[in-house]
Amino acid sequence: MISGDVKIGLAIGLAAVVTYALRAGGLLLSEKLPDKGGFKRFFDALPGTILLSLVTPGILASGGIGVLAAAATGLCAYRTGNLFVSMLIGMAVIIIQRNFF
Amino acid sequence: MTQSVRAGMIANLPVAASVGVYGSVLGVLAAQKSISWSTLLMMNLSIFAGSAQFVMVDMWTPPLPIVEMTAAVLMINLRYLLIGASLKPVFKNTSIWHKLGVMHLVADENWAVTMAAHRNGKATTGFLFGGGICLVTIWCFGTMLGHTLGNAVTNPEAYALDFAFIAVFTALAVSLFRGAKDILPWLVAAIVAAVTEHWIPGKWYVLSGGVSGALMAVFHNPMRKGLKNDD
Repeated sequence: MISGDVKIGLAIGLAAVVTYALRAGGLLLSEKLPDKGGFKRFFDALPGTILLSLVTPGILASGGIGVLAAAATGLCAYRTGNLFVSMLIGMAVIIIQRNFF
Repeated sequence: MTQSVRAGMIANLPVAASVGVYGSVLGVLAAQKSISWSTLLMMNLSIFAGSAQFVMVDMWTPPLPIVEMTAAVLMINLRYLLIGASLKPVFKNTSIWHKLGVMHLVADENWAVTMAAHRNGKATTGFLFGGGICLVTIWCFGTMLGHTLGNAVTNPEAYALDFAFIAVFTALAVSLFRGAKDILPWLVAAIVAAVTEHWIPGKWYVLSGGVSGALMAVFHNPMRKGLKNDD
């Protein structure tokens, strides 16, 4: 029987190893791939498509107001490039809707 | 080097604000599960991955289901393979030890801020690392605060704190937009992510959306047809 403390250490240790292996592994594997043609187009497009995939379900889950808030945030970011102000605008749309409607 | 580390720390402050709030929620949940603050701190420093830690805390019922937990962490964090791969140009001409050292502190947030800076030619590994230092500090601070205060934030929805993450990542995504050639890949990524999230539990939607969008960019290449796009 493994004691509770050892189990805690094991659970955290395994999670840490797995996470680190993925982080470092992705970078090291990519170095083995050619830096031109299809691979290059894939990895050049990747940051944007990952980020978009990360937010899309959350925006849709927030409903119509989520789409509106995301659009306001996106427009502000596009026009001003200011991350913090853009974030606040999106949150403001949600706060107003949730507290006053 | 030190200058770029500092620049990275400052550039990540807006994102760090929402990371701190997110962390405080995790701290509250951990306290409810009777997870000690030292255990939580150990998780913060060794794993340093928000959504994976949430799932671990959620599954935290003795005897700990170690195999299931590890499998869940693996699936949630598979996206780091892609995130790591996309950092290749930032790590150009650095040693293996440099890579192995910096990669531990790569989270969604400082990665996204770094990729945005990379578009303007301002990203370095120091910048990425500085962002990581900033985030891990706030992450520890936020979780410890939540753990200590318990239910300090009783109604996070009223302040749209649940939307802070979505908003900040949306703004970051816009800064990565490369113009007309991204329209189709982005459309594919959004649709595939939404459909996957609806049908498949877990975080697979990040992988499926990201990969299919990027594949779209590989096979649909407007440049080939003579339509010049500016970068």
